[in-house]
Amino acid sequence: MDPKTHVHTHINGEPVEFLSEAYRSLLEILRDELMLTGTKEGCTTGDCGACSVTLDGRLVCSCLVLAVEAEGRRVGTVEGIARGETLHPVQQKLLEHAALQCGVCTPGIVVAATSLLERNPDPTEREVRYWLAGNLCRCTGYDKIIRAVLDAASELRGASPNVLE
Amino acid sequence: MAKGQKKFRSVGTRPIRHDGIDKVTGRANYGADFALPGMLWGGVLRSPHAHARVLGIDASKALEIEGVKAVITSADLPVIEAGDGPTNFWDLSRNILARDKVLYHGHAVAAVAATTAVIAARALERVEVEYEVLPQVQDVMEAMSPDAPLLHEDMFTKGLDPKPEHPSNVARRMEIARGDLENGFAQANVVVEREFTTRSVHQGYIEPHAVVARTGEDGQVVVWCSSQGHFMVRQYCATVLGLDTSQIKVIPAEIGGGFGGKTTVYLEPLAILLSQRSGRPVKIVMSREEEFRATGPAPGSRIRAKLGARNDGTLTACEAQLYFEAGAFPGSPVMAACMTMLAPYTVENLSLVGYDVCVNKPKTAAYRAPGAPIGSFAIETLIDELAEMLGIDPVDLRLHNAAHEGSQAPYGPKFRRIGYRETLETARAHPQYRTPLERNQGRGVASGFWFNAGMQSSAAVNVNEDGTVQVVSPNPDIGGSRVSLALMAAEELGIDVERVRPVVADTETIGYSDLTGGSRVTFATGMAVVEAARKVIEQLRERAAKIWGIDVSQVEWNEGYALPGQGNGEHDPLSLAEIATSASRTGGTICGNVSLNARGAAPGFATHICDVEVDPETGRVEILRYAAVQDVGKAIHPSYVEGQMQGGVAQGIGWALNEELVYDEDGVLENPGFLDYRIPVASDLPMIDTILVEVANPTHPYGVRGVGEVPIVPPLAAVANAIYAATGVRMRDLPISPPRLVDALDGKHSG
Repeated sequence: MDPKTHVHTHINGEPVEFLSEAYRSLLEILRDELMLTGTKEGCTTGDCGACSVTLDGRLVCSCLVLAVEAEGRRVGTVEGIARGETLHPVQQKLLEHAALQCGVCTPGIVVAATSLLERNPDPTEREVRYWLAGNLCRCTGYDKIIRAVLDAASELRGASPNVLE
Repeated sequence: MAKGQKKFRSVGTRPIRHDGIDKVTGRANYGADFALPGMLWGGVLRSPHAHARVLGIDASKALEIEGVKAVITSADLPVIEAGDGPTNFWDLSRNILARDKVLYHGHAVAAVAATTAVIAARALERVEVEYEVLPQVQDVMEAMSPDAPLLHEDMFTKGLDPKPEHPSNVARRMEIARGDLENGFAQANVVVEREFTTRSVHQGYIEPHAVVARTGEDGQVVVWCSSQGHFMVRQYCATVLGLDTSQIKVIPAEIGGGFGGKTTVYLEPLAILLSQRSGRPVKIVMSREEEFRATGPAPGSRIRAKLGARNDGTLTACEAQLYFEAGAFPGSPVMAACMTMLAPYTVENLSLVGYDVCVNKPKTAAYRAPGAPIGSFAIETLIDELAEMLGIDPVDLRLHNAAHEGSQAPYGPKFRRIGYRETLETARAHPQYRTPLERNQGRGVASGFWFNAGMQSSAAVNVNEDGTVQVVSPNPDIGGSRVSLALMAAEELGIDVERVRPVVADTETIGYSDLTGGSRVTFATGMAVVEAARKVIEQLRERAAKIWGIDVSQVEWNEGYALPGQGNGEHDPLSLAEIATSASRTGGTICGNVSLNARGAAPGFATHICDVEVDPETGRVEILRYAAVQDVGKAIHPSYVEGQMQGGVAQGIGWALNEELVYDEDGVLENPGFLDYRIPVASDLPMIDTILVEVANPTHPYGVRGVGEVPIVPPLAAVANAIYAATGVRMRDLPISPPRLVDALDGKHSG
């Protein structure tokens, strides 16, 4: 048995403790130990974005974060985006725009897009495309995803719908 | 809405999919999201060589590691007798675990199960395999030469007369021919003859293959996995493991993309075998590297094609040879390429010859309209060349030769009602076709065809006691089929789609159904749902007749209500919910079950317009605008139809510009990851305009044609033709990556 570290962290606002070997990724612990399987594994090399989470508010690939690095920090996953029964506007707009087909990249897109809108409430189409360039989707061609995120941004601003570039 | 079409209540609307909230909140369970108590983790040892004889495998050191519970090799699989047919289980058995020889870098050799994934990985390092490395062959043309290393020493080319005396890597020769080729070319005023090359590409679904298998002391097996067909998984596992079908239950997880790549098994039989050996549930999840090294690419190819036309644009003859890489085992889609490449055109004289060639790469798997994008790339490029030579607009040239109702497809039958011309006329009228272009910009057009499939489907429509309805589907929902099936049930029954709950059932709770593939689910399973809903309506009418005491023939079903016909007394209409609530007193549960073998799948045609800008310094191609026009028959949920078109276009653009599996001189895959195998990302693409042409398929109750595959067919040539228009350079070697394009531009300037 390899030695384990006792890690104290917050996940989606709740205090959480777990044990992890030094080499395990945050993604592995989230999925295999804490059963938070909303965060997906697409590559484990930081190329696909399916495992996107926030760490102290910063968007990261959880496959590239060691689990022990979560000590004393705040982790945000897709399971923490909706407020009870109420979906986040990004989630709602993805549904309304039919911006998912298989849906396996969707949790990563939700986390990445909400993270974008927190720091840039009025992004251009180009800004959304570049922000989401780390989130691979093989089904949609991104068109409806981009529209949904721009639409969610307008709703969050309380503005009329964004005009595309 | 097309003229003369019925007005629909639900069909053609855009409700939120029923499984959507689970998918945006992370609740939906995909292949790797399942776990069981006491579960072991499995891992697969893969060949480091592209071609080698396996002289011996010693797992004893692996089994010494604490926590390792089982190791399996091909010696643990029953020997499958040589087979043929649509699925060759002799090949399949040898693909999931190599027997005697490894045939590609990544070929599975052994599998282990251990208490943790880390212990499983360490155990794999301790399995000792003795290899005798053999010469290998990657290139399809080299593989055909008489002195090429043979993958299968006992394989003789089929389709040759007389039967060859020497074994060959060429598994089969196929031909489609009609008319008089010589005469056809003699009629031509212009003839172009060119060679084309495409490279192996990967389906690139984001969810890797994953499985959990559990076996019981009673011999019963339960498998949780994501696939394009859990009935396929059941059948394949039963056959390669020598089990009865009834011993295996497969529970479908949500599927995170497939595009044809999840139409076979890799891990499932191994997980079952490891579970049998260890007595514990076993989970195996592929890494992305394993996906690229060992799962189905679409073939690399070489094509030589010759096309002739008269001065008025009439295509007179076509001759082509297509050489496709099958990978380690026979079965490339070269025949489909021959059948589809000229399907949009009425060419009277043709000879299309295809060769299915084994090379030391993973066995190819289906990829969205298998074969069609490759063949079409050649023909649609040649048509663009002819159009320029003849001074005819490329859309007009296609219109002049367009297949139509009654014209004979190159693969035999006469087309029934098809919408190819409509796609061309719509494309010609699209504003993008007239948008002015600037320096270094160009516009390309291309068309495409796909058969679309019918095949076996089952469905159930169950009326709940409160009048809500379950639609039970046998097909994994890969892109919104639940909501499409629910819309058709709602339409038939005349109730709101929100009152219909679609579910995907496991192999024990619904009748056998073929794969989610061939663009067939909304068509074929949709037909089963419609028929099942009609059975429900018959029962609803019978119950109303019973309640009213009139003959059932006097009861009409209209917009969710039973109505008494004229002259049957005064009765208030009965809603579906009212009849459902009293069902226990009028005869019991109301449900409809249908299994069918759907015929009359109608082909799909598309025409795409692509505008690019080329940076002559770097060879980078930017897609400026893209419009996809497609005959979709009838869009049940238009948003998901548009999504299929946009997704297919994106994959086609990736194929055209960037994607290729790169093997080194030893046959080792050099780019087994998304960093180096670059699929299009959000910043690579513009919005993709979709124009849905609806020429109803007369054999489907709502006119549905399959829509998922056609959109990947035109982009390869549309992009290449646009690049030609922008640069004056014809790119016939895919992908048109920046280094290749820069080289070609340099060649043009120096030449």
